[in-house]
Amino acid sequence: MEALETIAESFNYWIYITIMMIGLYAIVAKNNLVKKLIGMSIFQTAIILFYVSIGYKEGATIPILYHDQVHPPHHEDAEAHHGTEHAIKEAAEETHDEGSDHDEHAEEAEHALSEDSHGSLEIDPNEFANPLPHVLMLTAIVVGVATLGVGLAITQKLYREFGSIEESEIIEQIRDSK
Amino acid sequence: MTEQAPVLILLFPFLTAVVVALAGSRYKGLCWPLVLASLGASVCASLTALTQVLENGPIRYYLGGWAPPFGIEFRIDQLNALVAVAVSVVALITAIYSKDNVEAETPGKSSQYYALFLLLVSGLLGIVITGDAFNLYVLLEVSALTSYALIAMGNKRATLAAFKYLVMGTIGASFYLLGVGYLYIKTGSLNMVDIHEQLVALDLAGSPTIQVGFILITVGVWIKMAFFPLHAWLPNSYAFAPTTSSNIMASLVTKVMIYVMIRMVLTVFGPDYAFEVLNWDNIVVWLAVIAILAGSIGALAQKDLRKMLTFLIIAEVGYMVGGVWLADETGMIGTIFHIISDVFMTLCVFLFAGIVFSKTGLRDIYAVEGMFKKMPLTMIGFLVGAFSLIGIPPTAGFFSKWYLIQGGINSGNWEYVVALIISSLVNAVLFFRIIEIAYFGVKPAEGHDAHHGDDHTKISEGPFTQVLPLLATAAIILGIGIFNKEIASIIQDFVSQFNLVAGI
Repeated sequence: MEALETIAESFNYWIYITIMMIGLYAIVAKNNLVKKLIGMSIFQTAIILFYVSIGYKEGATIPILYHDQVHPPHHEDAEAHHGTEHAIKEAAEETHDEGSDHDEHAEEAEHALSEDSHGSLEIDPNEFANPLPHVLMLTAIVVGVATLGVGLAITQKLYREFGSIEESEIIEQIRDSK
Repeated sequence: MTEQAPVLILLFPFLTAVVVALAGSRYKGLCWPLVLASLGASVCASLTALTQVLENGPIRYYLGGWAPPFGIEFRIDQLNALVAVAVSVVALITAIYSKDNVEAETPGKSSQYYALFLLLVSGLLGIVITGDAFNLYVLLEVSALTSYALIAMGNKRATLAAFKYLVMGTIGASFYLLGVGYLYIKTGSLNMVDIHEQLVALDLAGSPTIQVGFILITVGVWIKMAFFPLHAWLPNSYAFAPTTSSNIMASLVTKVMIYVMIRMVLTVFGPDYAFEVLNWDNIVVWLAVIAILAGSIGALAQKDLRKMLTFLIIAEVGYMVGGVWLADETGMIGTIFHIISDVFMTLCVFLFAGIVFSKTGLRDIYAVEGMFKKMPLTMIGFLVGAFSLIGIPPTAGFFSKWYLIQGGINSGNWEYVVALIISSLVNAVLFFRIIEIAYFGVKPAEGHDAHHGDDHTKISEGPFTQVLPLLATAAIILGIGIFNKEIASIIQDFVSQFNLVAGI
């Protein structure tokens, strides 16, 4: 049971290593070059899985702030003072525009507001999944696709030159031509 | 302008690659001058960065103004300023050499070839100057993907070699990426300096996670640099690629990977961790000894000129890996010095091999027969490179080996010293065999009179664009040898901050 528990505790690592080894097996054992490339792709995907899993937290949500987390309720009240001129502007732009307003009162109010909102902006990092590993993996996916593309292009060139994509046949041809 | 120098080193070749790829197919004549101009500008930028570092200490350049650890930082100190200069100069020299060869070896594809070439150079330069561990991975793959393509443009066998390289290289880079992931789990940072600070601040020396990260990164980088048991991809890829590709890759790729290893050991993990907590040094030095001997023996067995040289690269990689893990200050200085000098030594002999191949169309070492009379300038250039690989003063190779051997003696790793000397002797045997053939011709007893005389008599000195790069490289090798004190003191400035065990 204990062994099972340790596996269950870190099962994302076990899974990524298993997938990775499946990929490695294909790279080593398969004779067909395209199958080797598929193995390589599986190998890379396992690492993507690993990265994505380390960004996960239990009970966490996507790392986007909700409207009422950034704009607490009394924000609306301060708004009402000099309402009309801002009313047209979009909600998202409001905080920026208030800074450029020449009305001193508005600026003061804005300062108070921003301090206020910072004070009440309680963000608990545990509520949000870590987005950084996911962002990194976007790049790694692109790299993986590019690698696979180059690999397939090379395989195509090999097929044109040797008329085969079986590694053993290609090596035999090279040996014969020596 | 000068404060932008760090990013310009990388941007010149990178943006020109796009221009060459787009405009090159229509205006063929433009490619070569554009490549030269961009690499020339890159050399200027890296020299500016080097002088700035020497005057004011390390440069920290924030890309887009985002401060680390959130933004990507280019951090340039004495070590990577020197390596960046070496990389950009080698790229420029190879580009000059490439003028006739690219069109001859890859007809009709020169614009694509040059675009890939520039991307390779910008990837390598990026690896050297970046201060961000993940950014390094991306640039590693930029340089690797372009080099697969550059190799596959060669003959039939190069294509198969490129496929093997692709699979091996991807596994290596994946290991590196995985290692960075483990570091990120524990430190929450990707900036190299910040990772080190977190490791020290959180006292993570005993953590198995960090240990796994260290092993994965080291093995990944070893695959990429062709450290002996992991070297299988290298010889065929570099021997059968187009000559321009093998010139630039043989001289740069492995050496840049050694730079990455030094950066990881010294800056990210810190020498205390790498050499004391893990206590591997002796095992790695023994592995390096095996690599040196295997590379030398492999080279002895080859009759193909370029393939023989590729085995020497494997031996040289052994020198440098061993030099790092001697965990000795002099050894470290020797390793960094050897990166700089080996870049040019390898370039020199590969340029020679390229010229021989383009002149005679033959791959084996008997192609050089009688070349002293026909191509004296080329042979002089080759002699300097060969003497440097053997380690004859006043060439650069002598001084770097001197430091390495001294490091080996200081740290008491006698097996390393012996291996270095044996390998130097083997190099002497290899190169004097070539020199003998070039000077006296092949002995009739060896039965190689098949290609005697006839078409060989027509051979004369290569075009200006081939001889000039070779002689320039030879001059640089002698220059490094003559100014060895100055270069060593720059390196010492860098190494001394890490408090390695200084020799007696």
